[in-house]
Amino acid sequence: MIVAEKLSKYFGSKKVIQDVSIEVKRGAITSFIGPNGAGKSTLLSMVSRLLKQDDGIVYLDGKDVHKQKSKDLAKTIAILRQSNVVQMRLTVRELVSFGRFPYSNGRLTAEDEQKVSEAISYVNLVEMEDKYLNELSGGQKQRAFIAMVLAQDTDYILLDEPLNNLDMKHAVQMMKLLRKLVEDFGKTILLVIHDINFASVYSDRIVAMKDGKIVAEGPTEDIIQSDVLKSIYDLDIDVHNISCNRICVYF
Amino acid sequence: MKLIYLIVITVLLAVCSLFVGVENVSFSALWKMDEEAWNIVMISRLPRMLSIIMAGISLSICGLIMQQLTQNKFVSPTTAGTMDWARLGILVSLLFFTDASPILKMCIAAAFALFGTLLFMGILQRLKQKDTIFIPLVGIMLGNVVSSIATYFALKFDLVQNMSSWLQGDFSLIMEGRYELLYISVPLLIIAFLFANMFTVAGMGEDFATNLGLPYKYVVNVGLIVVAIITAVVILTVGVIPFLGLIVPNIVSMYRGDNLKNSIWHTGVLGAAFLLVCDIAGRLIIYPYEISVGLMVGVIGTGIFLFMLLRRNAYA
Repeated sequence: MIVAEKLSKYFGSKKVIQDVSIEVKRGAITSFIGPNGAGKSTLLSMVSRLLKQDDGIVYLDGKDVHKQKSKDLAKTIAILRQSNVVQMRLTVRELVSFGRFPYSNGRLTAEDEQKVSEAISYVNLVEMEDKYLNELSGGQKQRAFIAMVLAQDTDYILLDEPLNNLDMKHAVQMMKLLRKLVEDFGKTILLVIHDINFASVYSDRIVAMKDGKIVAEGPTEDIIQSDVLKSIYDLDIDVHNISCNRICVYF
Repeated sequence: MKLIYLIVITVLLAVCSLFVGVENVSFSALWKMDEEAWNIVMISRLPRMLSIIMAGISLSICGLIMQQLTQNKFVSPTTAGTMDWARLGILVSLLFFTDASPILKMCIAAAFALFGTLLFMGILQRLKQKDTIFIPLVGIMLGNVVSSIATYFALKFDLVQNMSSWLQGDFSLIMEGRYELLYISVPLLIIAFLFANMFTVAGMGEDFATNLGLPYKYVVNVGLIVVAIITAVVILTVGVIPFLGLIVPNIVSMYRGDNLKNSIWHTGVLGAAFLLVCDIAGRLIIYPYEISVGLMVGVIGTGIFLFMLLRRNAYA
């Protein structure tokens, strides 16, 4: 379980995260929604020790994140940030192999190779595995990065806007894949996501943030409510039940 | 191209290098154990060949490390100003530590080179505009400023003659007893090989590397220290060899990709081969005189660099 207690973060004098406390349940997809600049990505970065908070503590399975060895953490929690611009000429397989770095320092064992192959086939990139990343489409590239995170084989997976650059088809595939990870392997997934309907349909819980604070939090059906959404986005949003999914209409 | 072919070519070039020169040394003379021929080889030709090979390997691997760590194909000891800082360091050691041993000079030069490279990395982090061409331009400008300062003090203290010998890479003065400092780069290269995997991961950026549990800052610092010391050593013994660290890693990247594990050996060997060719050509073109290797590499390198710039979009 991830527990954050009274996290704060300043950029200069600006407080981007203010006294945020939160618990994230295991074996579920938790989506972080909210307007731009709400501090969602910053929060994820702090939870994953990429960014040091100015105040507060993050506990991962009961232990302070910043007091653990980075290498050990890399076997428990993985984060994928937004822009993954790769200027380097690396093949898909080489990228995915990086996921095994915490285990083998780049000298892959047979078991590592096995895990890498599994991850690649899980995201359907087997035919592409020897292609260079810059030869792939945006969606394929994104899936290659997801495969790397899978190869890292962590209990916790944090993804910052994983649907960026994906067309509808691939966005749906991506979310189904994440859902499968939760169901098949009991992974705990934290997402920053902008498309509120994707959040509604695929997540178990939703955390809504605004101006560096958490404004609403709970099971998806409690958050996807007109009045709650109005307070988050300052926008009139109709919520309809369509084939058992709660769909927001805000156009 | 297979690594083994590359090695064979390099060995052949190295053997050629032994037999090129004003004083005629023939294979048969060596076979007959002719003392004079052996003397020439042992005192002059062999040290020259060895220093070319070591300088070639080390400079191109320095370039490779820098390009990887900065995520920029156009950064190298030349374009990041590392070389200019090292020269300033040598000048300082000449001014203030007149009787310094070569080791001390090297340490001072390496310290300057390291400082300069760290400064460049610091500027790079603060730059908003991460344009591929803009970054090396910043490095070149910084390097030129440092270089002008060095020249000013060299003029003032009458050391221009001394300084200019480090301006242009030249192997003609390499003899037994004058190149051994280069051996310092051997352990450093071993470190570079051991860190190859980590440099590749670090090249993916700080967040990416931290996520994989890599001590990012430590790895970057190891890389920069290796680069700084090697650059200082090469400049002290051979002089500035421009472009080598820029073009060789780029050529290898085109056919081996950017995973250091796959490309570091190729880069090293190709660097040695390239420098051997430049040196042999420099010795033959105006035979019995010699064109300095710095100039040769500069001329050939500029051509290749231009070619790479023009078709950059095709591969990078």
